[in-house]
Amino acid sequence: MKKTPPVSTRRRALLTLLLLALLGLASLFVALAAGSIAVTPGDMLAALFGSGGIDSAHGAHSPHSLAAEVVRELRLPRALAAFACGGLLALAGALMQVLLRNPLADPYVLGISGGAAVGALGAMLAGLPLLFVNGGAFAGALGAMLLVFGLARGEGAWTQTRLLLTGVIVAAGCGAAAALILSVAQEQALRGMLFWLMGDLAHAGAPWPALALLALALALAAPFARDLNLLARGDLTARALGVPVARLRGGVYLLASLATATAVTAAGSIGFVGLVVPHLTRLAIGNDQRVLLPAAALAGGALLTLADTLARTVVAPQQLPVGVLTALIGVPLFLFLLARSQKTMGTPGP
Amino acid sequence: MTLLRARELNVGIGAVRVADRLDFDLAAGERLVILGRNGAGKTTLLTTLAGLRLPAAGAIELCGQPYAALGPRQAARLRGLLSQGQHDAFQSTVLETALIGRHPHLGRWDWEGREDERLAHTALAAVGLSGLDARAVHTLSGGERQRLAIAALLTQQPQLYLLDEPLAHLDLNHQIAALDLFSRRAREDGAGIIMALHDINLALRHADRALLLFGEGRTLEGPADEVINADTLSRLYGHPLRELIDGGQRYFVPA
Repeated sequence: MKKTPPVSTRRRALLTLLLLALLGLASLFVALAAGSIAVTPGDMLAALFGSGGIDSAHGAHSPHSLAAEVVRELRLPRALAAFACGGLLALAGALMQVLLRNPLADPYVLGISGGAAVGALGAMLAGLPLLFVNGGAFAGALGAMLLVFGLARGEGAWTQTRLLLTGVIVAAGCGAAAALILSVAQEQALRGMLFWLMGDLAHAGAPWPALALLALALALAAPFARDLNLLARGDLTARALGVPVARLRGGVYLLASLATATAVTAAGSIGFVGLVVPHLTRLAIGNDQRVLLPAAALAGGALLTLADTLARTVVAPQQLPVGVLTALIGVPLFLFLLARSQKTMGTPGP
Repeated sequence: MTLLRARELNVGIGAVRVADRLDFDLAAGERLVILGRNGAGKTTLLTTLAGLRLPAAGAIELCGQPYAALGPRQAARLRGLLSQGQHDAFQSTVLETALIGRHPHLGRWDWEGREDERLAHTALAAVGLSGLDARAVHTLSGGERQRLAIAALLTQQPQLYLLDEPLAHLDLNHQIAALDLFSRRAREDGAGIIMALHDINLALRHADRALLLFGEGRTLEGPADEVINADTLSRLYGHPLRELIDGGQRYFVPA
């Protein structure tokens, strides 16, 4: 007989989240410190909490104020944007997996990134400035979301299969449109388009909207996390236990779509984070959404922050697309955890 | 006290008419068995009675109130549904699964506490799954999963149990144990039981009343001893049955 196991208690959950929050902070610290200009911890504190390096005692162009400025103006916004996008993608992925009851689901499975790609690449093709590229991406993401929602709703019956099929088909259509844009684009625009498609945080812009949405999404999902646990077990089970399934699924779809649209707008379609981070987290701490959702958000944020730091440092001054690195880090980590979990979970019990 | 009241109930699914103008009351402590051929609509009727499907016409009241007035959460505290065939997309443990029955009793921000865990352990013990708390559900056998689903239902502590083929995947001793368990809930706690069964002889032993679904919307409802006989059963299943009597207990076997 095995010993009585721990249930997901509040205390254990808080401990897990605390550890992940520390990991997130550590990843931000690394992101601020790493780069071609050396930054001491003192510079970093001065940059983050000081009254500002430029007009302080060091004078306008001392190396310290330069480092502080690099941290504050360049690295901090980019690190925060990476953290927010990673968190949003992981959260959206976890929500989509519950919504579709499909472990293979990711934030992009329902065509949101495809729509965003068409919008962004279209703007790039027309030679519009960055603001319009971002606007196009967000508009495209929302367009795809509304299209899938409207088509899948159809006769009122809103099954997972119907939603999944509609989404996959819309995504395929968007993929074809994006490929069409790539094939007619001029040489010099191609590189920017490819980076957008692989995910790139160099043009992320101000991180605050994404961070605010991440906090809001987590706050909105938290009180419904136990309902989501039941939804993951199936519609009928959830409804029999008093979960208002139709409303819940509509809300989850909206929240996951908005999170994805925001992340994609800021950073292009960074793959892998949204699929693998929820699984990594699930393998490590189980499938209780009350812990899983915030844990996935923190882990996704940390992973993308680290990946982006690597992307801009390993072959500096050349930058790599961050989506490639998330996969390069995530794949071995995931395979390792999967192999380990087979050993522990697969053994027959008493 | 009347737990469930159905009036002028019309139930159908697709082109199949399950019940036309069905009337019945289920009092506390009563056990009703639903019998019918495959595809006669037993599951449809049970989900309708559980308030999870709207009837084509008619009214259903649970503990004196229609489902619309109760709302899903309050309804889930009063009635529980054991559905067929659970398919798990994600892993979970035996204890986590048994605890899902507590959901309607917990507030939005509540976590399962000691009392909930105690109830889950009692339920797991009642179905013979003690000591398996940490086992991953997907490593259980079909019969063990069915017993786990029953444990989750017991943890829910409803007044009305709606059981869709509760004996599926169970071997004989567990079939009897499960029916004894629900009969005890009815006798001791005044719970109401409505169950769809395939085994006529077990139905006779464990039901007070029977509802026969003949198809085309025709139904017959009444005391189990009267409603279940060789004639009605032969009509119900489209195959002749014979009645045997042993020690005062009636048995039906295919002729």
